[in-house]
Amino acid sequence: MIALLVRDLRLAFRAGGGFGLGLAFFLLVAVLVPLGVGPEGGTLATIAPGILWVGALLACLLSLDRIFALDFEDGSLDLLATAPLPLEGAVAVKAAAHWLVTGLPLTLVSPVLGLLLFLPADGYFWLVVSLGLGTPALSIIGAFGAALTVGLKRGGLLLSLLVLPLYVPTLIFGAEVVKRGAMGMDPGTPLALLAAITAGSAALLPFAAAAAIRVNLR
Amino acid sequence: MSIWEYANPKKFMQTSAWALPWVTGLTVLCLGVGLVWGFFFTPDDYKQGSTVKIMFLHVPAAMMAINAWVMMLVTSLIWVIRRHHVSALAAKAAAPVGLTFTLIALATGALWGQPMWGTWWAWDPRLTSFLILALFYLGYIALWNAVENPDTAADLTSVLCVVGSVFALLSRYAVKFWNQGLHQDSTILKVGEKDPLDPAFYQPLVVCIFGFIFLFLALVLLRTRTEIRARRLSALVSRERLA
Repeated sequence: MIALLVRDLRLAFRAGGGFGLGLAFFLLVAVLVPLGVGPEGGTLATIAPGILWVGALLACLLSLDRIFALDFEDGSLDLLATAPLPLEGAVAVKAAAHWLVTGLPLTLVSPVLGLLLFLPADGYFWLVVSLGLGTPALSIIGAFGAALTVGLKRGGLLLSLLVLPLYVPTLIFGAEVVKRGAMGMDPGTPLALLAAITAGSAALLPFAAAAAIRVNLR
Repeated sequence: MSIWEYANPKKFMQTSAWALPWVTGLTVLCLGVGLVWGFFFTPDDYKQGSTVKIMFLHVPAAMMAINAWVMMLVTSLIWVIRRHHVSALAAKAAAPVGLTFTLIALATGALWGQPMWGTWWAWDPRLTSFLILALFYLGYIALWNAVENPDTAADLTSVLCVVGSVFALLSRYAVKFWNQGLHQDSTILKVGEKDPLDPAFYQPLVVCIFGFIFLFLALVLLRTRTEIRARRLSALVSRERLA
C-alpha cells in the first residue's frame, strides 16, 4: 500500500500538469470572482466562504479523471486488480494520493485566497479545518465517479455530471462551517456532519468504486 | 407461482402484453375523472383562488418522481443480486419517466409559485432537493447512454443508483439544514389531525394520485417491452453477422 502511494505521488509530481493545475485553477477562481462581482469588501466577505468551497470543489474535479485513466490505458490497473492487495485498498490509496496532491495543497493555500476575498478574521481557522476535513470526501467520492467512467472514451464531461450531485452534501456542510465560523457562531454541528460524510465515504465508497472498476475491466 | 417467473423475458412479455391495455385504460379513466373533477368541480380556495388546482398535477407528479427512483433502486438491487435482465431494463425504462415527473413537479410548482409566493423559484429545501433529484436522474440516464456493452452499463448504473440513493437522501437533509422552507408541509397524510385537507379537494386528489401511479406503470411497462424488443433485435443482428 505504501509502495503504491509513493508510486502515485511520484507520478503526480514528476509527470507535471495535474499537481499545479488544480492549485492554479483555485487561485484563478479567487481572482476572477472579485473581477466579476466588484471589489466591495462587504459583498466579497459574505460570499467568500461559498466561493472558496466551490473553487476547491471545482479544482478537485479537474484532476479526477487522472486517478484511474492513466493506469487503465497502460494496463497497470489490470495488474492492481490481480495483485494480492485487495482492489478496495488500492482505490483507497489512490484516493489518498489524489487528496495529498490536490486537497491538501488547496487547504494550505486557502487562507491566502481568503485574504484576497476579505474573509472575516474569525473565518480563517474554520476555513482550513473544514477544507482539511472535507476535501478527503471530495477525493474519495471523485474516485468513485472516476471508477464508473474509467472505460469510457470521453468520460470527462460525464464524470462531472455524475460527481457534482454527489458533492452537494459536502459542499453545503463545508461552506456552512466557514460561514458560521466567520460570523462568530458555533460551527460544531455542520463540522460534525462534514466529518461524518468524510468518514462514511472513506469507509464505504472504496467498495462501490472497486466493484465499478471490476465491471469496467471485465 | 413466484414473482421471479417474470424474470423470464418471454413470460414478462406475455403478461405485460395482457396487462398493458388494462393499465392504460385505468390511467385514462383515473386521470380523466380526477383531473376533470379537480379542475371543474371543486370550489376555489378562499386564499389561493383557482391556482390551488395545480395541486392535482403537482402533488401526484412529485410523489411519483420519488417513487420512480425507489423503484429503480429496487430493480437495480435485483439486477445486482439475481442478475435478471428484465429487472435492469425496467430500471433503465423508469429513469426518463421519473425525470419527466420531476420536471413536471418543478414546472407546475413554478407556475403556482409565481402568483402565490411572488416568485418562480426559491431556494427552498423541497425545491432544491427536487432540482438535485433531477440532476441525479440526468447523470443516471447519461451513464446508461455512454456505456456500449449493455451488461456493463446495467452493472455500472446499478452501482450508481445505490450510491446515488444514499447521497440523494443525504442531500435532502443537508438542504433542509442549509435553508428554512417556504414550501408548505404535506397535508395528504394529515387526515384526522388539525388543519387537514378539505374532503372536496382530497377525493379528486386521491383519484389523480392513482392515475399517476397507473400512468407510471403503463409507461414503464411499455418502455421495458421496447427495451426487451430492442435487445432481441440486436441479438438477431449480431447472429446474422456471425452466420
